[in-house]
This record gives sequence, C-alpha cells and structure tokens, in this order.
Amino acid sequence: MKRILAIVLAMVLALGLMAGCGDSSNGNDASAPAADNGASASDAPADDGAASSDKVIKIGVFEPITGENGGGGFQEVLGVRYANQVVPTVDIGGETYSIELVEVDNKSDKTEAVTAAQSLMSSGVAVVLGSYGSGVSIAAGEIFAENQIPAIGCSCTNPQVTLGNDFYFRVCFLDPFQGTVMANYASQEGATKAAVITQLGDDYSSGLGNFFLKAFKELGGEIVAEEQFQTNQTDFKAILTNIKAAEPDVIFAPSSIATAPLLIKQARELGITAKIMAGDTWENATIIENAGEDAEGIVISTFFDENDSANTTAADFVKGFKEFLNATPDYLSKNGGDGVAAVSALGYDAYMAAIEAIKAADSTDPVAIRDALKTVELNGVTGSITFDENGDANKDMAFIKTVEGGEFKFLKTVTISE
Amino acid sequence: MSFTTFIQHCLTGISLGGAYALIAVGYTMVYGILRLINFAHGDIFMMAGYFMIFAMVSLPWAVAIPVVIIATVILGVAIERVAYKPLRTAPRMSIMISAIGVSYLLQNLATYLFTALPKAYPTIPLLKKIFQIGDISASLVTFITPVLTIALVIGLVMMINHTKIGMAMRAVSKDFETSQLMGIKINTVISMTFIIGSALAAVGSILYFTDRMSVTPFSGTLPGLKCFVAAVLGGIGSIPGAVVGGFIIGICETALVALGYSTFSDAFTFVLLIIMLLFKPTGLFGEKIIDKV
Repeated sequence: MKRILAIVLAMVLALGLMAGCGDSSNGNDASAPAADNGASASDAPADDGAASSDKVIKIGVFEPITGENGGGGFQEVLGVRYANQVVPTVDIGGETYSIELVEVDNKSDKTEAVTAAQSLMSSGVAVVLGSYGSGVSIAAGEIFAENQIPAIGCSCTNPQVTLGNDFYFRVCFLDPFQGTVMANYASQEGATKAAVITQLGDDYSSGLGNFFLKAFKELGGEIVAEEQFQTNQTDFKAILTNIKAAEPDVIFAPSSIATAPLLIKQARELGITAKIMAGDTWENATIIENAGEDAEGIVISTFFDENDSANTTAADFVKGFKEFLNATPDYLSKNGGDGVAAVSALGYDAYMAAIEAIKAADSTDPVAIRDALKTVELNGVTGSITFDENGDANKDMAFIKTVEGGEFKFLKTVTISE
Repeated sequence: MSFTTFIQHCLTGISLGGAYALIAVGYTMVYGILRLINFAHGDIFMMAGYFMIFAMVSLPWAVAIPVVIIATVILGVAIERVAYKPLRTAPRMSIMISAIGVSYLLQNLATYLFTALPKAYPTIPLLKKIFQIGDISASLVTFITPVLTIALVIGLVMMINHTKIGMAMRAVSKDFETSQLMGIKINTVISMTFIIGSALAAVGSILYFTDRMSVTPFSGTLPGLKCFVAAVLGGIGSIPGAVVGGFIIGICETALVALGYSTFSDAFTFVLLIIMLLFKPTGLFGEKIIDKV
C-alpha cells in the first residue's frame, strides 16, 4: 500500500516538474519542427529543391510572453502576427516564399533570453524581431551576432542594444532621446525639483532614469531624490515615503507594466500629489485598469498615436489592426480592449522593415539581409524609418500622452534635433 | 529624516511585520507538531491570493473572505493528507523533500492555470480607505494588520493553553508516540494544525496583497522564505517567537530601504538567519533541546 502511494506521489511530482517546464518546452515545441526543415531554409538550394513548391523563409519572434514584461511583449507579438497576416509571402529571386513566424518566449529574464535566442538560432531563422525590454535584447545580442543573424528590435530603447553590434537594428527611438524629451517636458511645465525611481539591474529603467537625470540637471532642475527598487518588488512604501519627504514637483519612474499600478497607487495612498511620469512602457491599458482613478494625470512619452491622422499608413494600420484584434476574443482580452499600443505598431514596423530588407537583398542569406537593412527606407506606421551607422532608427519625434477620464489622451509631440 | 517620515516608515514596517508574523506562525506550528519545515506554506499563501481574486469576481468581499479562508484550509489539509501523511513513519528528510515537491507543484500549477502574468488583486473598499493624520497618510489595512495579527495570535495561544485540542497539541509536540499511546488521535491534531496554519496564511495573504495589489505564481516564494527565517529567528516551535521574529524582519527590512540600502534589504534577512544559527541556533524564544541517549 505504502509503495503504491509512494509511486503515485512520485508521479504527481514528476507531473509537476513537467508542468513547470511546460512554458519553456512550448517554446521548444514551436521551434522543434522548425529545426527539421530549418536547415533547408538557410541553405535552401541544397536540398528539397524539386520536392517542395512552397518555399519557406523563417522569421524569429523573440519576445517576452510571460514574466514582468509579458503583457507588453504580447502586444508586440500581436503587431508582428498582424503584419504576417497582411504580408504572408515575399518574392525572392522570382520565387514566392511563404513567411513562417517562429515565436519564442524570453520570459523577461536575461538568462532565459539566452536560451530562447539559442533555440531560435537552431531553428534556422533568417532574421529575428524583438525584443520588448532592453535587458533581454542586450543579453541575446551577442548570440545573434555570433550566428550572423540580423535582429530588428521593436521597442528596446537602451543605446547598448545596438552599440558595437553589427547585427542589431531597431525601429524605435533611444533612451537618451526619450529621457531628454521627458526632462524638457517637465521643465516646460514649471517643475524644478524631480525625483527618479529606477529598477535595480534593469537596463531599460536605470538607463532611462539616468538620461532623464542628466537632461533635467542641464535644464537647471534639481534632483531631490534618487531611489531604486528590486525586480518583482511589490512594496514601494518605504522609498515613496523618502520621496514624499523630499517634496519633488515631478516623479520620473520608468518601470514595467506590472510595477506601474502598484507604484502609482501606493504613491497616492501616501498622499503624494506630484506628477508621475514614465517612459514608453507605461502606455498600456492594464495600468489604467489596475490603478483606476489614481492613474489620472500620469504623463508618458511614446512612439505613436493612434489618432494621428496625418500619416495614412498609420490610419490603415489602426483600422486593420482593430479588426484583427476583434476577430479573436483572446487577443482582445490580452490586449486590454481594442486600443492600439505603440509597441504593436513597432512590432508591425519591424516586420515590414525585415520584409523590405529581404526584398532588397533578394536572398535568404542572413548576412545579405543585414547588409540590405542598412539601405532600407520604409514609410512605417511610426514614421519614416532609416537606419544610421549604429543600426538605430533615425527618429526625432516623440508623442507625449496623459491619462484623462480613464484613457490615454494625446498631449503634444516633442521634436528634438540632435 | 523628519518626524513624520519616521512615523510613516514605522507604520509601513509594522504592517509588513504583521503580515510576516501571521505566515511565520504557520511554519512554527507545523514544525512544533511534526518536526517538519513545511516549504509549501509560502505557496499556500500565494494560492490564497488567487482564491481571493476569483472569489471577488462574483461575491461581495464580506462573503469572499470566509470563502477564501475555507478554500485555503481545504488546500492545506489536502496537501497534508496526500503528501505528508503517507510519509509519517518515513525519515524526516523524505517528508521535507516531499514538502519542497509540493511547493514546486503549486507554483507550476498556478503558472499553468493562471499564467505567469501578474493578476491584479481586488480592492476591498473598507480596507483601502485612506486615513490622514497630519502629514501621515495610510490606508486602513496598514493600521489593521498589526492589531489583527496580535489579536489572532493571542486567541491562538489561549486556545493552545486552555482547550482540550490545545492540550492534545502540546502533548503531541512533546512526544509524538507517547501521546498516541495515551489515546490522542494524532491525525485530528495534525489536521487541526494545518487548518489553523492555513487559515492564518489566508488572513495574512488578504492583508499582504491588499497592500500590494498584485499576485503572481512566485509571489509566495520570497515572503515564504522570509517568514521561515522569522520563525527560526524567534525560535522555531515557539508561537510568540514567530510573531516577534516576523515583526523584527518586517521593521528591519523597511528601515534598510528607508536608509537608502534597498539593494541589501533581501540579503539582510538571510544574513540575519546565518548569524542567528551561528550564535543562538535555538532562536530568541526557542527551547533548549536536550538529546536523550
């Protein structure tokens, strides 16, 4: 009897282990079948030439679906999936290749990111899109460079992502720019004292915080408090109490979507009335949903505004993307309604940039695609995109938004010429 | 640091300590009775958080709270029946490994069922009401947590000292086998221990998450470990010890963050554990164990 019980117990535990690996093996499952014919995609002409008329080129999607950035990462994936639905094929050398997305989950974690990137490499993708979050992109950057696969970042804004990496490109603006924009905005609004809250060990958060700090000081402002918190921390009362004592006019707190509502609510609970500002990550409906009334008045900078009617590409995208979202209830609920997030637009632009490069290279060879990327000119949803010598998009405009009446309202655009 | 800032920090620390104390009591009771460190306790706490999220979808909070407590108790007792009871005669190490297994099982089950994305914890309007005294501002839950903790623990100690089941518990913790010979139904006593421990974890979870507003499958891991440290610090097996340990850790952690050393706040807890084990392994209130030959 006891033995039977022990066996049952062991089986239950083993099951638990398998459930645990479920997420990572999902990623592997997705790439496993890809690995079989993946080899044929990278050196396509060698084999299966006669047998298959449907040629496939693989595009890797390197995004966090789980972990602290899971929400925003999924919105970016949605942008890519929509783009894939709009343009499912590409012509190379007179032949039509269908495009297959290979999605992996980097779990918002630098260690997992390396594993995820490696599994993408072994599945034989020609180009990689992603990621949301700079830390994971920096961690995986080397692997892409070693394997000579070009990567196009969607919303990783830290300069380190593309710096010194010939294979990393990106379609968004950078943190030095974003930090300057927010510092300018704060000082235009009459703020002279600012507090900065950053996440320890997170490249995006500490990078953006620093750039804001530098720019704000240059504008003659004073930084009255600098606080840090740890990943997955949920209690910000102690640092917020210190900030309250310093009496800042504005609080700049670039952080993840998961952190934002906690921070906002706890600040208001402690009676802090200062304006709370953050970077592009906070443009997510779940923040308003979770923070409720307390979210009113927060200010963010972002890449894109869905009501911007000047750009016809953007207007078409918004219309199509909303239909795409409404067609699948699961997408709609995970997106938090049918609002169009800037990261979805960037995911779409990154995909289109990849397609343009593949067309220009007229080849499935990753290095040729990389070389073609340097010359790509794309009229994207988030503005026209060309890449500079670092692989960064030449962008000089940011959108400032605020929360009013339970939704994001466009405030103004800020242009800074460097 | 101004006086109001200091008081504000104290409030935060005491409130955090109160929630830790409630969880630490669960560790210490199970250890007292079974000599088992129930590593799954932190995850029971996390599951209670999810239960609350689902209960609040359709029920008003006044009904949801008892429902959550009952559900958590059922989970705690079920774990004991399935994972610990069959191993009662096995070496102590096996049952501990089983506890670690259950902990991972719960975490991964939660990841599988509810995804790893943080879920927003529902707001209990009464607990979230904001009070302002001068420059100090805090929600009701901050004030209630330490008071409720102390009231519950006093009730628990009274029960252990003055009721029949309490007497049975004390007997079982002194000598497992002899008390069995004396006609004490040890299975009932052990179930009772898990009922109390899980109920306190559920209450702790409501107080903790109301203040912190988001639950992930891993949000029980760190509080669980810290409360285990609190129980060891106070002397594992001692209920007042666990409470004092919980408050010490909560207050010290807040103090460190307040002084600007947030980087070290987690490390501090575990350094405290090492120091305690080196210099006073029985903890602040622990009994000296005399090995019988």
